[in-house]
Amino acid sequence: MPKLTIEELRKKRESTKKSIYLREGNFRGKVTVHMGTCGIAAGAREIMSTFLDEFSSKDIADIMLTSSGCAGLCSEEPMVTVEMEDSAPVKYGKLTPDKTKKIFNEHIIEGNIVEEYVLGIGSERAG
Amino acid sequence: MSEKKRIELMACAGTGCVAGGAFQIIEGLEKEIAARGLEEEVSVVQTGCNGFCGQGPLMVVIPDNIFYGWLTVDDISHLVEEHFLKGRPVEKLMFTPPEEKEVLPMLSDIPFFKKQLLVVLRNKGIIDPEKIDDYIARDGYMAMEKVISSMSPADVIIEVSKSGLRGRGGAGFPTSIKWEIAIQQEKTPKYLIANCDEGDPGAYMDRSLIESDPHSVIEGMFIAGYAIGSSEAFIYVRTEYQLALERMKTAISQAREYGLLGKDILGSGFDFDIEIREGSGAFVCGEETSLIHSIEGDIPEPRQRPPFPAQEGLWGCPTVINNVETLANLPVIIARGADWYSGIGTETSKGTKIFSLVGKINNTGLIEVPMGINLRDVIYDIGGGIPNRKEFKAVQTGGPSGGCIPSSLINSPIDFESLQKAGSMMGSGGMIVMDEDTCVVDVSKFFIKFTNDESCGKCVSCRDGSEALLEVLTRISDGEGHEGDIEFLEELGKTVKDASMCGLGQTLPNPVLSTLRYFRDEYKAHIKEKRCPALVCRNLIQYYIDPDKCVGCLKCLKSCHTEAILGKLKYVHIIDQDKCTKCGQCLEECPPKVSAVIKVTGNDMDNLKQLTEIIPCPKKKKKKKTE
Repeated sequence: MPKLTIEELRKKRESTKKSIYLREGNFRGKVTVHMGTCGIAAGAREIMSTFLDEFSSKDIADIMLTSSGCAGLCSEEPMVTVEMEDSAPVKYGKLTPDKTKKIFNEHIIEGNIVEEYVLGIGSERAG
Repeated sequence: MSEKKRIELMACAGTGCVAGGAFQIIEGLEKEIAARGLEEEVSVVQTGCNGFCGQGPLMVVIPDNIFYGWLTVDDISHLVEEHFLKGRPVEKLMFTPPEEKEVLPMLSDIPFFKKQLLVVLRNKGIIDPEKIDDYIARDGYMAMEKVISSMSPADVIIEVSKSGLRGRGGAGFPTSIKWEIAIQQEKTPKYLIANCDEGDPGAYMDRSLIESDPHSVIEGMFIAGYAIGSSEAFIYVRTEYQLALERMKTAISQAREYGLLGKDILGSGFDFDIEIREGSGAFVCGEETSLIHSIEGDIPEPRQRPPFPAQEGLWGCPTVINNVETLANLPVIIARGADWYSGIGTETSKGTKIFSLVGKINNTGLIEVPMGINLRDVIYDIGGGIPNRKEFKAVQTGGPSGGCIPSSLINSPIDFESLQKAGSMMGSGGMIVMDEDTCVVDVSKFFIKFTNDESCGKCVSCRDGSEALLEVLTRISDGEGHEGDIEFLEELGKTVKDASMCGLGQTLPNPVLSTLRYFRDEYKAHIKEKRCPALVCRNLIQYYIDPDKCVGCLKCLKSCHTEAILGKLKYVHIIDQDKCTKCGQCLEECPPKVSAVIKVTGNDMDNLKQLTEIIPCPKKKKKKKTE
């Protein structure tokens, strides 16, 4: 490693910031893959990997990718919930890697909900 | 393979957690994560001290911000499957405040963290201390960059002077003034020494700082070196701080590799490098002139001042010695500005202070709080109060050089002046909490024993004075105190302070003098009534079994090593005082529901029913609840 100049130190700071973004906690959105036993059996792990690959290839650091338990609609698994800043959570069901890529590109990157895969919009309430 | 991880496990690898098995847990986590094919999604990050040491081994799960404490290797498999695979956080590993039932899942919900203000420890638990890139990502070496590209040494001094920064090692001397004294000296070279010779019992601020963020100390040292025109610096660390030493070595070599230490740093033409010196654990080496002697290879004894080290220090050259915590403040002051920094704290004490909160307190750990915070906030909000619903009695600040602050002053602010007014001192930041079961004579004896051991022996007043103080205190706690002892302690204490040359002797009587000031009656009780009100001093207490409560279960009898307990099943047990060694085992063994064994002192025994032979236990009466 050669010695740094001021300019190189600044560049290094910018490039290293992404590696700890997760720890800073400033997210503008959250993607939850439902990973109950039902979800995993239906292929949720593959959905998670697809998201991870897409996130890395597009270098997305400011959206949280997380997992949660069964959402209660086991027949619709694998499911994900996409929550972007200032908009209601959107649930998608019966996902495949291809559908996942489409959701990533259209909803997460461009901000347009992929209507054809939507299960529901908004949080469910206890009636 | 994707680079993005969705979960990071910030596993504490500070000394406390390591002692509790953190490395085994980290290894176990890594294995389990790999076994479940999650290694591309979940990673383990080794951080420095998280601060909540009482809960260790611990970790924080990012991004959920969930806090897990008291981890064991057995928890790992369940935890990885439930939380990291299936996304269901595991409640039983979360933190529950003492005497409460609801768990607090997130770090940000836990009161221990809520009232803290992290300035010096801004990176703790967030970076891997062994990765320079983590530090740089958190705006590390930005202050170095600013200093080099836009500030003269004089600008740096003005900024630090405006910030109001005072030394964190104990006395609170203004940092910029110390620097100026060194600058005024004509002699060169000038040296900088970072003092990490932390010796107070129960204190570990400096160690944790280096363990969790060594680069902030290095950057601070660079700023100080630049300001005073020193290119050669030393960091003096106790040799028993193995982990801190290792991390400092790693950090220094990384900084050298990047050219942040060495010749012509960042193309500025300014050279600066750091050497580590290991101290062998003599308490007196925290004193500046002794520390200098130790680095020079001489016997670590203090010398008369002036000349002060800033005038004539290491090898006769002007030398600035700053505490590592003081130094770690500098990058923040430079990067964020003196105006921002001086907005924190009180009129005369600016910024924050790190304390190690230990003793009879629910949340043991390392905390950073703004100067001027109430003692009550520290003990009850951050510390979670006193265990087992005991009463708060006093807190010892400043270690063996400090004093006891009684519960009556619990609303006083924590800053340099207030602590001094209360007869104590800020010291380096040890905070030992005492409850009603703590005897002040016993505490004084402990501290004087410590300073007596650590006195270098150069001054008669310190060497023999501490010996004499210890002798009288021991006599008092043994029940052999007599009229005039209190006055003698006070007179001798003041003499030792006046006549000793260095800080060790000048402050060692403080624990005695401050407890005499606030707990005089307790000393009197020991001397006149041969009573230890806190029931601690062995020679002044006796164990007694209440015949009305004893159920004759044999537990205490069987546990007694000297066979001092007489009795048989379902017969009231009696303690033979001649055989009893007052080890207290019987009290430990007696079931809490029975609580028949009690401690008594003075003439309490005279008012209690005395049995001469064992009798059957009283039949249990059914009591109506009176509540």
